Amino acid sequence: MTARETNRFPLWRGIFYLLLAVGLPVVALRYSQGLGATTNLSDEFPWGLWIGFDLLCGVGLAAGGFTITAAVYIFNLKRFHPIVRPAVLTAFLGYLLVIGALLLDLGRPWNIWHPIVMWNPSSVMFEVAWCVMLYTAVLALELSGMVFEKVGWKRAQAVQRAATIPLVLAGVLLSTLHQSSLGALYLIVPGKLHPLWYTAALPWIFWSSAIVAGLAMVIVESRLSSRAFGRELEMDLLTDISRVLLVGLGVFAIFRIYDLIHRGVLALAFQPTYEASLFALELALGVVLPFLLLLSPRARADIRRLYPAALLTVMGFVVNRLNVSVTGLETAAGTRYVPAWTEIAISLFMVAIGFAAFALMVRYFRVYPEADGGHHAAPAPSGPSGRPLPATAGRVA
Amino acid sequence: MALARPQALLIDLTRCIGCNECTAACLAAHHLDTDPETVRALSSRSLTALEERDGIYVRQMCRHCLEPSCVSVCPVEAFRKLPAGPVVYDAKRCLGCRYCMQACPFNVPKYEWDKAVPAVVKCDFCATRQAEGQPTACAEACPAEATVFGPRDELIAEAHRRIAESPDTYHPHVYGEHEIGGTSMLFLSPVPFEQLGFPALDGAPLPALTAAALEKIPGILSIGGAMLAGIWWITNRREEVARAEHAARAAAEESNHDRA
Repeated sequence: MTARETNRFPLWRGIFYLLLAVGLPVVALRYSQGLGATTNLSDEFPWGLWIGFDLLCGVGLAAGGFTITAAVYIFNLKRFHPIVRPAVLTAFLGYLLVIGALLLDLGRPWNIWHPIVMWNPSSVMFEVAWCVMLYTAVLALELSGMVFEKVGWKRAQAVQRAATIPLVLAGVLLSTLHQSSLGALYLIVPGKLHPLWYTAALPWIFWSSAIVAGLAMVIVESRLSSRAFGRELEMDLLTDISRVLLVGLGVFAIFRIYDLIHRGVLALAFQPTYEASLFALELALGVVLPFLLLLSPRARADIRRLYPAALLTVMGFVVNRLNVSVTGLETAAGTRYVPAWTEIAISLFMVAIGFAAFALMVRYFRVYPEADGGHHAAPAPSGPSGRPLPATAGRVA
Repeated sequence: MALARPQALLIDLTRCIGCNECTAACLAAHHLDTDPETVRALSSRSLTALEERDGIYVRQMCRHCLEPSCVSVCPVEAFRKLPAGPVVYDAKRCLGCRYCMQACPFNVPKYEWDKAVPAVVKCDFCATRQAEGQPTACAEACPAEATVFGPRDELIAEAHRRIAESPDTYHPHVYGEHEIGGTSMLFLSPVPFEQLGFPALDGAPLPALTAAALEKIPGILSIGGAMLAGIWWITNRREEVARAEHAARAAAEESNHDRA
C-alpha cells in the first residue's frame, strides 16, 4: 500500500481524526470524573451501550474468525484459505476493542486481572473473563505467523505453523463457550428480562446468531476492504458463504420461533408494545429481509445485492443484542435508558480505531497473502512421505 | 459456635410507625454523613430506607439471601455469604463489572457513579456488630419492635405465631421464608406483598439457573473437542488418501507409457 492509496478517502480520514479529537477528552473525563459524569448509567440501569454494543456486538461480530478457521482447517475447505487472515484479524481487533471497552466500563479497571487469581467458577462472568483472555491470546498466536513472516523469523514461523490445528481447535471451543456465555449472563434475571428474550435457550441463541452474524461480517469486511484497498473480490467464496448464511438464517428463524411457541409467549410479539415493535425490528432487519434477499441465486452472485443483505444481518444482530441488554430490561427497571452522547462518542471512537488498525495491518503485513501470489486452493504438492509439503506462503494467519 | 447459627431480622410492617430511627441508626453505625431525613430510597448514600406505600412503611435493604445471586455471579468473589447470615462485600477485590446489580432480584446493590474509584454499596447486616454479639443497629434502634433481630428459625416460628394469633391483622404469608430459597429478612404485612412492590418470586434459588449453563462446559470442551478432532482427522485423511491414489495413478500411467 502506498501513502497515495490510503489517502483516497479524505472524508473517512477526517471523520477518524474528528472521532479521535472527541473521544480522547471523553476518555480523560471518564477516568477523572467517573462513570456518572460520562454515561447515563444508573442504579436502575447498570449496563448500557458499552456492554450492549461494544462488548456483546464486538464479540459476536468477531465470530467470523472461528467459523472460517474451522471451515478451512477442521473441515478442510481449503478454498476459503484466502479469507482466513482477514477474518482472524477482524476477530482479533474485535477482541482488542472489547478489552478497550471493558477498561472504560469497569468501575475499577485496574483490577481487571483479578479473575486470574480470584476464582469463582460459579460465575458466568468469571467464564466470560477467562474466555476473553484465552481467546485473545489464541487469536494473537494465530496471527503471529503473519508477523514472523514479515520479520523473517523462519523458525518461529515453522513452530507457529505446526501449532495451527491445536490453535484452531482451541479457538473454536473457546469461541463457542464465550458466545454462549454472553447469553448465559442473562439467565439469572428471569424476573427482569422481557419474555420475548428471556429463555433458557439464551446461550444457544447467542451462539447461533453470532455464527450467522460472523459470516455476514466476513462478507461486509470483504466488500469494504476490496473498496478501500482496491482488491479484487473473492466473489465465488462470498457466494458460497452467502449460501451458508441463507441456510443459517432459516435455521435460526425456525429455532427462534419454536422457542417462543414452546414457551407460549409468541402472542407477546403481536401486541402493540414497545418490546414487540423492537422485537419485530430485530427479526425483520436481521433475519427475514436478508433471508428473502438471499433466496435469489443471482443476488448471491452479485456483490451489490449480497452486501446489503449481509449488512442487514449485521444490523439486525446489533438490534438483537441491544434488545437483550437494554430494551428487554427497561420495563422491569421502571426507566428508559438512552445512552449519553459521550457513550456513543466513545463507541464510535473504538470502531474508528478498529478500522484504522485494520488498514495499518494491511499496509504492513500480508493480510491478503493470496492477492499477490496466486490461489492456494489447489492441493499442495506432496512430499516424499506422502504428506503435504509445507505451504510456501503463510498458513494461518 | 453460637454465632454460626443463621441470624435474621423479622420486619413487621403492621408495627412500623415510620419514625425512621432505623435509617438514622444505620447511617451512624456505618459512618455515613447522610441526613436521614433526606433518605427516600436505597442509594450509595444509604444502606436502608423507609418507603411509604398506601400508608404502609416498607423497609428497604439487602435481604441477605440464603443462596445469594450476587455471591454466585461475582467473578472475583468480592461477595461472601457468612455462616451467621450476612452477605458482605469487599471493594478491594471488586472489578466494578456490576453484574451483582444486574443479577439481584431485589435491585439492592447501589453504585458510586459519581466517584472515580467507585464501589458497590449495600447493607452488610451489621456483620461487625454481629461478630461482637450485638444485634443490628436498626433492630436496636426500633422503638416499636417492628424490626427484631434473632435466630432465623425462631423468628420464622414467631412470624407464624403472630399470623395465627391475629389472622385479621396479617396477610397470611411470611415473605422471605421461601422466596428464592429463603432470605434473612423476613417480612409480615397487613396486605398482599405484591401491592407493596415486593417481587413475586417462587422458591427456586436463582444461582441454579446459571449453574445449569456452567455445568455444560466440561461436556462442550470434551465432546466438542473430540468431535472437532475427529472431523479434522477424517477430512485430512481423506485428502491424504486422494493424494496417494493420485500419485499411484500417475506412476501407473507413466509405466504404461514406458511400455508403449
